[in-house]
Amino acid sequence: MRYKTFPQGIHLRYHKQATAGKPTVTAKAPAVAVVPLIQHIGVPCIPQINVGDHVFMGQKIGDAEALITAPIHSPISGKVMALEARPHVMRRDVLSVVIENDGEDELYPDIMPYPDWERLDPDTLRNIIREGGIVGMGGAAFPTHIKLAPQSDKSIDAVLINGAECEDYLTDDNCLMVEHPEWVIGGARIISHILGNVKIVVGIEANKPDALAAIRQAAGEGDDISVIALDTKYPQGGEKQMVKALLDREVPSGGLPSEVGVVVNNVATVAKIFELITTGMPLISRGVTLSGPGVSAPGNLIARIGTSMEDLISECGGYKGKIAKVIMGGPMTGISVFTTLVTLTKSIGGVVVMRHEDICHEDPVVCIRCARCVDACPVYLMPISLYHYSRSLNYDQAVEAYGLFDCIECGCCSYVCPGRLPLMESIKHAKAEINNKRQKQHGR
Amino acid sequence: MADPLSRELIVSSAPHVRGRDNIRRMMYDVAIALIPAGIAAVYFFGLRSLLIVLITVASALGAEALIQRAMGRRVTITDGSALVTAVLLAYNLPPTVPLWLPFIGASIAIGLGKMVYGGLGYNPFNPALISRTILLAAWPVLMTSWVVPFDAVATATPLAVIKMGDNLQAVKDLLHVDSNLSLYRQMFWGNHGGCLGETSIPALLLGGVYLMYRRVITWHIPITYVSTVAVTALLLGRDPIFHLLAGGLILGALYMATCPVTTPVTPRGRIYFGLGAGLLTMLIRAFGSLPEGIMYSILLMNAATPLLDRYTRPRIYGKGAR
Repeated sequence: MRYKTFPQGIHLRYHKQATAGKPTVTAKAPAVAVVPLIQHIGVPCIPQINVGDHVFMGQKIGDAEALITAPIHSPISGKVMALEARPHVMRRDVLSVVIENDGEDELYPDIMPYPDWERLDPDTLRNIIREGGIVGMGGAAFPTHIKLAPQSDKSIDAVLINGAECEDYLTDDNCLMVEHPEWVIGGARIISHILGNVKIVVGIEANKPDALAAIRQAAGEGDDISVIALDTKYPQGGEKQMVKALLDREVPSGGLPSEVGVVVNNVATVAKIFELITTGMPLISRGVTLSGPGVSAPGNLIARIGTSMEDLISECGGYKGKIAKVIMGGPMTGISVFTTLVTLTKSIGGVVVMRHEDICHEDPVVCIRCARCVDACPVYLMPISLYHYSRSLNYDQAVEAYGLFDCIECGCCSYVCPGRLPLMESIKHAKAEINNKRQKQHGR
Repeated sequence: MADPLSRELIVSSAPHVRGRDNIRRMMYDVAIALIPAGIAAVYFFGLRSLLIVLITVASALGAEALIQRAMGRRVTITDGSALVTAVLLAYNLPPTVPLWLPFIGASIAIGLGKMVYGGLGYNPFNPALISRTILLAAWPVLMTSWVVPFDAVATATPLAVIKMGDNLQAVKDLLHVDSNLSLYRQMFWGNHGGCLGETSIPALLLGGVYLMYRRVITWHIPITYVSTVAVTALLLGRDPIFHLLAGGLILGALYMATCPVTTPVTPRGRIYFGLGAGLLTMLIRAFGSLPEGIMYSILLMNAATPLLDRYTRPRIYGKGAR
């Protein structure tokens, strides 16, 4: 049987068997939670508490008066010990709220469910989602309430639910779909309601038969939801690839899916919206896969935001072997951290620990023009040309003729390169250089 | 548990994993794919073929080591690329060549075909073919002295015979067969005069299938090359099956027109490359002064490769569609 998919892309090694069948375990709440005030794309939050304050679980501790931002809540109840810069996944140090756990998990009294959500208007629901601190949990961390208020002139006719989970090792989305398919379907219905009762299409890679079966059953017989099995191919979970595979539409270059009438959300985000509406609980915990050959007992956890990597790895039996890399996210797009003191944020669905023998130690050689990068690129770029133009600082050519900014940074090119060239790395570097230059010009 | 701060972690940009294939693996795959044709060469033309291959390989590796040392570079003769160049050059030599010729040929291939441009990845032309053009110009008699398989009797190649009068009967007489079918069969198996490694089609196809299975080569160039030759032959009123089986088409299409360094990186570019090479091959075979056109057709298309890459850039996702 041929499944729907997008052109090109690559086949990875998956390595999902270590955690795929394991039920989700709730991780111990941290003794001290370190909650960074940047956990989303957009304006950083400003602390809403002071050092010494008592905070409840689910109480808002950070927010900002900006359009693109999402508030942050306390994952535990306890006392605010400090407001200080701490190591962060994406940046060097970020202002974080350090909370000492009182072990009570005392719920913030204002938290309440919205049982009559179907009678609420879209704006009210969007505001509930904003106040719940919901952001894209698939990795992008874009505030969801903005996504659900598309600015485009084109009307939205479909909401796509992304259950691809195409990265190696990660299985937390799979677990969620198997264990709580009704959360995913329920959340999808809420989103559909907000967008004007549009059709729902769920895309799941075919290597997750249990998730497909569970979601199909939860979706029921109605024709408002279709559940589609997708080819197991990386990066199937990329937003643009999802739109191409499920609807055969292409998001315009530099544009948003809403310009082709689509809103895409990850299954974890959708389930979290359901949880928020049905219980009132904001985003203070999430599913996270702890896996990789450097973890003793790989597993799927539900962990509080603000739990350190060190605690999460301990929860899974600690390390195994000589550790080389701790990757937040999947091995294709994740971030390797310099310390395991960094804590879990809203958009991290996996921690992969690699030993020395698991990473490629080959030095870059040379381009032999084998074209594998060109054949692999899921947005049909010529990564090798971008590499050459980036390295020779010919940024204009890279941007104008070779589409530098169309790169989705999936890493396929670097993965397949037999010359071991840092293709995506050089593209990312060029993008950053150009953005810096543009910012400086604006500043003047 | 140890202090997390004392642990040294590697920090690097994503992706954190790499595919299995590297250049060395791909090169040795090509070398493996060329083994059946080598066995066929020994079968048809005797152990001398093996000696020619070994001399070519040894000379190529020696030349590369020497030049790299002279240039003050790291010696990389084990990466398999000089090996592949050497074997391809050897397969493009007549079985009768004096044993000093492969030595000269290999030195030219590595020196003038590859290292002058900066080494692996930078040569615009196929090094083995560059060397062959020079050998052919310098020693035209030695480079066109053919023998009958299993025998040291001098003979002509089917292409040379057909060049004389465009007459399939003359080729049948040459190979002592009376029907077209037995002619095709004999040419298919490789029982006729020609270069060392070009005559046995099944041996070459076996290696070609291996390379496609291992994803070292893609279908684009071989398929378009071979089909263009067939269609052009048909349009020119010549026997397409003869032209598919004759000369170095299969060796060229599967192993030299697929040389990654000297061919386009874009899918459409590769298709145009095959089209152009096929067309040029048949034009040379039909109207040129040479009997065979594989070598020059591939070299000419090598020269067109930068242009092909430039004008066949893939349409970027989300640009100019829907």
